[in-house]
Amino acid sequence: MNMHHYTLHDFKGGIHPEQNKSQSTGQDISTAGIPKILILPISQHIGAPAVPLVKVGDVVLKGQVIAQGEDFVSCNLHAPTSGVISAISEAPVPNQSGMQDTCIQITTDGNDSWPPIKGLDNYLDAEPQALIEAISQAGISGMGGAGFPTHVKASIPASKIDTLIINAAECEPYITSDDALMRENAADIIKGIEILQAILKPQQCYIGIEDNKPEAIKALQDALKENKDDTHGIHVVVIPTKYPSGGEKQLIQILTGLEVPVAGLPADIGIVCQNIGTVRAIFQAVALGRPLISRITTITGDTVAHPQNFEVLLGTPVQYLLEQAGCDQNKIQRLIMGGPMMGFTITDNQIPVTKTSNCIIAATHNELADPAMEQACIRCGMCTQACPAQLLPQQLLWFAKSSNLDQAQAHNISDCIECGACSYVCPSNIPLVQYYRFAKGEIKQAKADKQSSEQAKLRFDTRNARLEREEAEKAEKRKARAEAAAKKQAAKKDAPPTEDATAAASDPAAELKGLKQKVLASQTRVDKARERLSMAQEQNLDTAGALQLGLDKQIEKLAIAQKNLEQANS
Amino acid sequence: MLLILISIVALVILALIFGAVLGFAAVRFKVEGNPIVDQLDALLPQTQCGQCSHPGCRPYAQAIADGLDGINKCPPGGESTIAAIADLLGVDPEPLDAEHGEEKDVKLVAVIREDECIGCTKCIQACPVDAILGAAKQMHTVISDECTGCDLCVEPCPVDCIDMLPVTKPMQSWHWPKPVAAQLIITDKG
Repeated sequence: MNMHHYTLHDFKGGIHPEQNKSQSTGQDISTAGIPKILILPISQHIGAPAVPLVKVGDVVLKGQVIAQGEDFVSCNLHAPTSGVISAISEAPVPNQSGMQDTCIQITTDGNDSWPPIKGLDNYLDAEPQALIEAISQAGISGMGGAGFPTHVKASIPASKIDTLIINAAECEPYITSDDALMRENAADIIKGIEILQAILKPQQCYIGIEDNKPEAIKALQDALKENKDDTHGIHVVVIPTKYPSGGEKQLIQILTGLEVPVAGLPADIGIVCQNIGTVRAIFQAVALGRPLISRITTITGDTVAHPQNFEVLLGTPVQYLLEQAGCDQNKIQRLIMGGPMMGFTITDNQIPVTKTSNCIIAATHNELADPAMEQACIRCGMCTQACPAQLLPQQLLWFAKSSNLDQAQAHNISDCIECGACSYVCPSNIPLVQYYRFAKGEIKQAKADKQSSEQAKLRFDTRNARLEREEAEKAEKRKARAEAAAKKQAAKKDAPPTEDATAAASDPAAELKGLKQKVLASQTRVDKARERLSMAQEQNLDTAGALQLGLDKQIEKLAIAQKNLEQANS
Repeated sequence: MLLILISIVALVILALIFGAVLGFAAVRFKVEGNPIVDQLDALLPQTQCGQCSHPGCRPYAQAIADGLDGINKCPPGGESTIAAIADLLGVDPEPLDAEHGEEKDVKLVAVIREDECIGCTKCIQACPVDAILGAAKQMHTVISDECTGCDLCVEPCPVDCIDMLPVTKPMQSWHWPKPVAAQLIITDKG
């Protein structure tokens, strides 16, 4: 391997916690087997939850799609073994919140029967689009922790990418799943990287690996040598062991010296980063046609008799794994999913392994003691020295404590990777990272609230505008009607004879009928007026004079009407 | 005497020049509308609930800006909104005016019991954000994503088939709570 033509960089800060990795690397990877039930959360990745395609009672085969990622940023979910769908319901999922989410439960039949599967032939010559499609179909999401859908990262235009980084640092204590995978499946990993190279066409490709994994480094280098073709440009770069060098931004900084911009992505500086486990899943999906249905998970901790790595079917309950590893479950003080720095405590041992579960630590009290009592900050500045993102942890602590979100944002709290190095070094046992997580959550919440309030305002304004418009339209109509009526009135007054004449000329029969009706109506009006007049005269009312005038007018009109009728008749 | 005259003339000329400059600036750099109303409106929660006794958030913002109403009349916004308005206007925050309602801990959303709905459209007319869907003599339903939880639709319903239920938060919007404050002495635990 040529390792002389690039220099390693370093990132500021970082810590060196107890490794605790050797416990679980003594044995080869074993297969955990098929538990009686598998519990598969429909949301194991970042993005929209997958939509279940099966219903309770359906028989499924191994590798069958049971939930589909309908959005672009989402992932398919496959049945890890054959069996019957026994429930689709809320169940505890591996999440910091300890909340429940929709899960598909499979009662396994033990046959583990696959339908025939087939990978792409000559996949390295295939169109990038076909490769991305194969990755997308296989439901692969980042297996290092965050679970970002892999086909989304692979869809970044190749022209934007010049460096592919494979993250094999595995910097957190206890976790050895990537280490074990590299020792045993180095050839698959190299082939997986070649697929990514075929898609993204990077100029260089680095595998970043910490120097505490000599066997894995040797296995990768041997696999590269076997590959003879030395032009593929994959370099195994050994980096010093330091936490959190496996953080995406930190690893990029170590290998290239470049920093990912604030609120930006590695793609902004021409880099794509993939976890080593993800790369293997890519190989299996493309070359073998095998969807992502299992992963390597470390089972470790002082209560476990045989700490080791297992090839685990997704959906396997934690309890089943602990039994396999010979764990004395009564002694467990804390059960942690992920590493001791960034993992989270789980309280239910029926929680399943998902695409992102790299480690389970069943710890005794001595091993991972309860957090000590928080004391006052003594302004020692150790957190500032430890922070790998070069933030100001003390300032951020004040802002988070006082919920001063504006200031926290102004001090770039969004750049905190929540690695926990600050909490680790704090001599006052302040759970700094917990405060930052709280503040980040509040900021996110405030943003969501702001957005929904803006939406409400928009709807309110639009509604008001609509009501106003409707009112204006009504007023307009009323006005138009009034105007039309006035015009008609005016037209009648101006030229009644001509109108009659033309109307008569146009339709003599109808005109005749109209005139007859007019005569009749006038006759009635005259009769009525006479009646009223006689009544008024009887009672000696003052209105009699006015009524007399009215009667005269009506008689006159009657005469005109009769005259018109006669004319029309003749 | 001449000196006095010269100085008066000079001052008058100066006054005219400055007056012209100010007059020009007033026209050229005129600010449309009242920016403080926009800023206040942005701080209000936009539920348009009318609990402040104004017909919507903006009219209330206008009333605050004109000094016609207090800053503590918005129960949906609660203490945090009052604090933000006080900060903007440079006045002291006041406790929420209980006359206008109480701050609710959980966000509510209106839900129509659909089999009881008679399709009278009264709630649709009451909804300030057009979040209720339906037509005369047809069943109505609430678009829960758009509902601000103002409960203006509850009162007009002739068959009382609208409930205000707490919003169930999905796991994705969960976030870490604030760590429990330091307990330096045992009695702090109370």
